[in-house]
Amino acid sequence: MAALTPISRKPLSLVIPCIAAAGGFLGLFVGTANGSGFLGILIGAALVAAMGWFFITVLKNENLSKWISIAVVAVLGFYFGGIPGLILGVIFGKLFHWFTYWLYEGRYRARLLPYLTPGQVLWHYGFRVICGAIFVFLITPILVVMPLSFNAQDFFTFTPEMLRFDPAGYSLKHYQDFFTNNEWQRSFKNSLIIAPIATVISVSLGTLAAIGLSQSHVPGRRAIMAIMISPMIVPLIISATGMFFFYSDIGNWLEGTLGLPKTFVGYIKVVLAHAVLGIPFVIITVTATLVGFDRSLTRAAANMGADPVTTFFRVQMPLILPGVISGGLFAFITSFDEVVVVLFVGSASQKTLPWQMFTGLREQISPTILAVATILVVISIALLTTVELLRRRSERLRGLSPG
Amino acid sequence: MKTKLTALAVTTALVAPAAIAEEMTIVSWGGAYSKSQKNAYHDPYSEKTGVTIINDDSSAEAVAKLRAMNEAGNVTWDVVDVVAADAIRLCDEGLAMEIDPDTMLAAAPDGTSAADDFGDLLVSECFIPQIVYSTTFGYRTDLVGDTAPTDICAVFDTDAYPGKRSLEKRPINNMEWALLCDGVAKGDVYDVLGTPEGQDQALAKLDTIKDDVIWWSAGADTPQLLADGEVIMGSTYNGRLFSVIEEQKQPVAMLWDAQVFDLDGWIIPAGLSEERQKRALDYIMFATDTQRLADQAKWISYGPARASSAPLVGKHAELGIEMAPHMPTDPENAKNTFLYNYEFWADYRDDIDAKFQAWLAK
Repeated sequence: MAALTPISRKPLSLVIPCIAAAGGFLGLFVGTANGSGFLGILIGAALVAAMGWFFITVLKNENLSKWISIAVVAVLGFYFGGIPGLILGVIFGKLFHWFTYWLYEGRYRARLLPYLTPGQVLWHYGFRVICGAIFVFLITPILVVMPLSFNAQDFFTFTPEMLRFDPAGYSLKHYQDFFTNNEWQRSFKNSLIIAPIATVISVSLGTLAAIGLSQSHVPGRRAIMAIMISPMIVPLIISATGMFFFYSDIGNWLEGTLGLPKTFVGYIKVVLAHAVLGIPFVIITVTATLVGFDRSLTRAAANMGADPVTTFFRVQMPLILPGVISGGLFAFITSFDEVVVVLFVGSASQKTLPWQMFTGLREQISPTILAVATILVVISIALLTTVELLRRRSERLRGLSPG
Repeated sequence: MKTKLTALAVTTALVAPAAIAEEMTIVSWGGAYSKSQKNAYHDPYSEKTGVTIINDDSSAEAVAKLRAMNEAGNVTWDVVDVVAADAIRLCDEGLAMEIDPDTMLAAAPDGTSAADDFGDLLVSECFIPQIVYSTTFGYRTDLVGDTAPTDICAVFDTDAYPGKRSLEKRPINNMEWALLCDGVAKGDVYDVLGTPEGQDQALAKLDTIKDDVIWWSAGADTPQLLADGEVIMGSTYNGRLFSVIEEQKQPVAMLWDAQVFDLDGWIIPAGLSEERQKRALDYIMFATDTQRLADQAKWISYGPARASSAPLVGKHAELGIEMAPHMPTDPENAKNTFLYNYEFWADYRDDIDAKFQAWLAK
């Protein structure tokens, strides 16, 4: 891209403190890992500042200084962290060099509007750094789990073999455990039984409730709405305690009076409890789509002789479908992730995946949990990508957006 | 609508006979311990009777859950594995059924009655002992310097063994060890601990290492911390340490000194239907006989609770190593031991707990 703004070299008094701060920040991590964070800050800052000063005032050759920077930091990285340290060192050496010249040559102003004040320039980049940091803090915990799930040992530890990228430090045994262990398989199956049924119930009831509550003639609809939404607001542990006693009575009646088998009743209880938790999400998303729904369409349909059910399925439903689907997704994820209510209401034959993960974490810190987490993350990403692609496709087909 | 009802009826009819083909829920601690029970008790029992056994790893909250279930009239558990102290509480509250060892438990192969075979370990009328385990210390062999610790007081000696230690986040055991290392004779520990001054003395001793302690609450914490090298020594159940040392091959060794013995075993919840109670008793009769208890020791290094099982303890089923030297009850390991003092802790637990928690928060 062409430069918007003429750029000029910046004085050393600006460049050196900035790169020293960056060097100190990274030195903090290296220093902490090796015993003293404070010493790490000092050494990191001094080293980077000295390198920057040397490149700019003595060497004056950008290309040569790049290789020197990479070599110096890579050697340091190798000294502290072996092969992985070497790789990180190469990356950070390149980064330092780029950062130094980015500041010194004033390249950071190249793509900004010429009249911005220094404060605005600082905010421009500060804002991006903050956004990046938020992203990193959200994503890192998920990413860290993934290599750990290939651990050859039964602990949540990056072993020396793993850090050396020694194949012996990695194994698929935790994945194998997940796919062969009865407990994991049973809980996975239970989750796959309970979540879809609970979702279907919440979507049907929630959609009907949302349509009913959007009619202006329904008396007390705000109060009804508030009650229906309450499972979302009341602390889960309180709902769970209440549900435990409520469904115990219902379960005893179903077992005692109707003579239904215990396991079957157990599933009914958990499915109903999860459906109740999912309904608010459906109500909220469907209500939101109904705001944009043109009522005259139903009247037009009625005018043409369609009965209300036909009108609903042929006219209203297709138009509010996006809201119904996203409500359904939320309901599904609520049930699929739920651990508190199922711990109270369910018995061991209804043990779901989150329950198994919960007890697994407490009783035995096994990387199988990480393997399961990795599988679930991959499935979620695939699922959300598919939904998003389908959504874009349908928008394109309907001509709603150019892309 | 009609088809839906029919469908429901058909599903019910299909599910019904399958579920009556017996199923029982056994509650235990999870992990390697549940695995040892599955191999030694559940699988042979299922094979013999056709009963499907479902594991519920909820022993940690067994008391609270049994109370709630009893209140709701909806007891879903058939047999529950609890520590002796919990069994005593449940028995006192009437939440567990009383067991008559002479009629409900199997006699030893040589004819010794179950009551004599279990002996002193029958600490409650509702409790069928299963294993003797101990809470003891493990240390990182590569992080403790040249002289490996042999004495419990190494835990309190931060000069000779600098580094973090992990201790359980409760007063039991920690208070005893603290007094022992503060010069109190072993025989006097509980007399001293019964007085407010003695409790303060124990807390003062713990205070000297408070900054170096990582507190654990689940049995899996210390093994993880030791494997990470986050701590140089830590207390946990001896079976967990066995797994760290022999199965995971970590550089860890046992410090058996002043290990505290405790018992773990079965209870049957009160208020089961007659049919379920009969099945639970049948399971108990099977799972606590001499051979089964000895079999469990093939999978985990906990000592069988029957005297007649001890000679039958053999080699580990997968590793092929002799299990006897890894038992907490082995004479070599049991030179200096405590037995969990149920009476003392039943009387003092609430008071000392409150003091301990207040001290922790300081």
